[in-house]
Amino acid sequence: MNTRDWLLADSPASRWQANAGRAYRVFTALMRNPLSVLGGVIILVLLLTAAFAPWIAPYSPTGQDLTSRLLPPSATNWMGTDELGRDIFSRVVWGSQITLTIVLLVALISAPLGLLVGAVAGYFGGWIDRILMGFTDVFLSLPKLILALAFVAALGPGINNAIIAIAITSWPAYARIARAETLTIRNAEYISAVQLAGGGPIRIIVQHILPLCTSSMIIRVTLDMAGVILTAAGLGFIGLGAQPPLPEWGAMISRGRTFILDQWWVATMPGFAIIIVSLGFCFLGDGLRDVLDPKSEGKS
Amino acid sequence: MAIDQQSAPPSPGPTLAHRRVQRMLATVGGFAITLLLTFLGLLAITFFIGRVIPIDPVLAVVGDRATQAQYDAARIAMGLDLPLWQQFISYVGKVFSGDLGMSVSTGRPVIEDLSRFFPATFEMATLGILIGCVIGIPLGVTAAARQGSWIDQIIRVVGLLGYSVPAFWLGLVGLALFYARLRWVGGPGRLDIFYDGLVSPVTGMILIDSLLQGEIDIFWNAVSHIILPAAVLGFFSLAYIARMTRSFMLDQLSQEFVTTARVKGVPERVVIWRHAFNPIRVPLITVVGLSYAGLLEGSVMIETVFSWPGIGNYLTTALLNADMNAVLGSTLVIGAVFIVINKVSDVLYRVLDPRAR
Amino acid sequence: MTAPLLTVENLRVSFPTHSGRVEVVKGLSFTLGRERLGIVGESGSGKSMTGRSILKLIRKPGLVTADKLNFEGIDILDQNEKQMRAIRGARISMVMQDPKFSLNPVMTVGEQIAEALVTHQKLPRRDVQARIIEMLHAVRINDPERVARLYPHEVSGGMGQRIMIAMMLIPEPELLIADEPTSALDVSVQAQVLDIIDELVRNKGMGLILISHDLNLVSRYCDRILVMNAGHVVEECAAGQLANAQHPYTRGLLAAMPVINETRDELPVLDRTQWAGT
Repeated sequence: MNTRDWLLADSPASRWQANAGRAYRVFTALMRNPLSVLGGVIILVLLLTAAFAPWIAPYSPTGQDLTSRLLPPSATNWMGTDELGRDIFSRVVWGSQITLTIVLLVALISAPLGLLVGAVAGYFGGWIDRILMGFTDVFLSLPKLILALAFVAALGPGINNAIIAIAITSWPAYARIARAETLTIRNAEYISAVQLAGGGPIRIIVQHILPLCTSSMIIRVTLDMAGVILTAAGLGFIGLGAQPPLPEWGAMISRGRTFILDQWWVATMPGFAIIIVSLGFCFLGDGLRDVLDPKSEGKS
Repeated sequence: MAIDQQSAPPSPGPTLAHRRVQRMLATVGGFAITLLLTFLGLLAITFFIGRVIPIDPVLAVVGDRATQAQYDAARIAMGLDLPLWQQFISYVGKVFSGDLGMSVSTGRPVIEDLSRFFPATFEMATLGILIGCVIGIPLGVTAAARQGSWIDQIIRVVGLLGYSVPAFWLGLVGLALFYARLRWVGGPGRLDIFYDGLVSPVTGMILIDSLLQGEIDIFWNAVSHIILPAAVLGFFSLAYIARMTRSFMLDQLSQEFVTTARVKGVPERVVIWRHAFNPIRVPLITVVGLSYAGLLEGSVMIETVFSWPGIGNYLTTALLNADMNAVLGSTLVIGAVFIVINKVSDVLYRVLDPRAR
Repeated sequence: MTAPLLTVENLRVSFPTHSGRVEVVKGLSFTLGRERLGIVGESGSGKSMTGRSILKLIRKPGLVTADKLNFEGIDILDQNEKQMRAIRGARISMVMQDPKFSLNPVMTVGEQIAEALVTHQKLPRRDVQARIIEMLHAVRINDPERVARLYPHEVSGGMGQRIMIAMMLIPEPELLIADEPTSALDVSVQAQVLDIIDELVRNKGMGLILISHDLNLVSRYCDRILVMNAGHVVEECAAGQLANAQHPYTRGLLAAMPVINETRDELPVLDRTQWAGT
């Protein structure tokens, strides 16, 4: 029996085999869609760039060279140089680390928070549900960016506060999804079976409900990442996110604003990086949705 | 509701209408309550941001060189010695009486500033949503009618770009290209400098004011200034509206009654617009409403880029000056408009759809 | 018999799937005069696809081929979309399964019936209105002026289906295809709806293709019966001769029907091995 047969077995012998088989099926389905492959490649390149930034970037991201200020793109400076003579390409490469950090931290804070709130509300129902969801709905009906701006204003500018602010404004969407999923699972026979066997609510939520919410959660988080990147860049652009001299893409665009009329590359180049990475998450998220949740196509 | 001919009363007119009115009132009543609750939620959040998060809001007001006596006086004047819930109630009372505090940077009451800056934002966002609807809806319909064609692919790409291009970046690139290089449009601001202040504000919207006062030159100058930021905003609403229109249309086109129309021999154009498009007009209102609310948000970035004297610009200036009253006031106003648009489009949905009546 | 209304020879309908094209109708042939033909089969036997391919309503990527698909001397497969529109509704019409889904939810009943008429005939407004009222009367709707102003969700299923019939018959077609016209309705109104179809079709001398899974019903309302299974015709006989059917599939279906004064303890289940491979 070869690996493929083992993965595609109709009756897996262990939970590990079942999980691996499912992952394999999702993977092969994704590989059939050229756009999700492209998205995956983009994310992979982002990861590699962030990991190997010191080796990829030809110059230091902060090394100033006032004699070579505002040079247009050329063979030595692929994306030109900025007003302090720094190589824009090197800064974009280093900036991938910041973007990746923001994206990962926001996902790690907001997704579990949303999951927990939604699962608890859905499982217990009644007053707990009403209070939690009322709270969630208020957050959902407010403009995310404005809310994030106000939070950063109160917390003070900086990348950590930007991450906190974005996470605070992102969890409600996940809570909605988790609640909807929990409601459909809650009355299933096997949940009753666990209850009869003496399983408490914590055990049921953590071991039996949360794992079933993960696939819709992964889709949603991936699709939302583009928005997170845009919000973070927006905060950086306004001057409330990452502070100079950090090579954050939004902040770089903000610096380049002054020169946009004559030295267009200073502001434009980091923008392309933002667009490509956001598109990567969109493509991958779309592909994942088609594979994992074909019914909800188009209803974002 | 199924009325068979046998069971229906001979003239059901008044009772039916009566029931419709009743249901509508119930909808509107529920609407008012959720609106109020959501608005209270918004107030709680701005209150939390303004009074709870800052480590010491008093210090932010009096500065760190104040004496202990000054400090204590300010603390009591701000009501910070009271329990939190009392502070919240007095905050809500103030907001409802239109008191949003003074802006540190302009020295005027925040509410006054906001009412001065709002029309500029409103003008730009409205033009943006018009662009989004006029282009986005036909594009979405065409994409669905010719699923898989090149126009469908374009919609797909435009839709994804709408989610992945930073608005402020698109504005900058637009300025560099259409203003600096091609000279097709006016630059930042609402008017060229020598036209500034020539129109007295009536509505606060220059396009309308200049026409009212017969200043055609100024009108065209204002058009050349507003068209680029409005087009950038329009692009984002277009992307969203086209994508949603396409998805709604695909859903409708797979319905049986569309086949019925084809069986009748109805031309394809009529099948698409009368049979598939008409039922989605109502859900589209919600989409347009959401998109419009989103534009208010997007205008924060766009106004910064185009030095557009609207609420967004006011908000970012306030943010950089740590002018919390102005920040919270703008958040409150934008949030309130956002909520109202959201809920109104939701109610319109229920009132306009014959199936929900 | 005079020249047939419809001639079908070797009709094939196929759809692409992951594992190649799958034929859902595999070489169907029949002729139809101004008579009532029943097509019977279980779900998935290809009977609905047969109805739709006569109207050329199979959308891409579905594919329809036939040696001959001839309606009153017109080669259907040769017609372009514009020519087909002149045939659909006006000459061949179809009553669909469930009025809950097949009537447009945001147009009034009257508007939808009017549309069927004015698509093919330019008539003054008053005449259109008169024709609609007359047609609604013909399908035994008592209060046509009021019903014409209702939306589909405001009428019952049985009434919805009578409206559907009115809509499909108002341009006076020569052939009506009724695709499971009563399977979404309550048993109590099924006969009523079929009686209306039957009466109108006979009075106007039209051809009828009644597609159904219900053998009893088809044998009651039709002159001739085709029994379809998995895309093939397995039996063709006059309605009265059904009891003498030869093919094991038909016999199986007949045997599975309960009868009054039943003496069997258990109804037999279709034994598909008998004709497997046909």
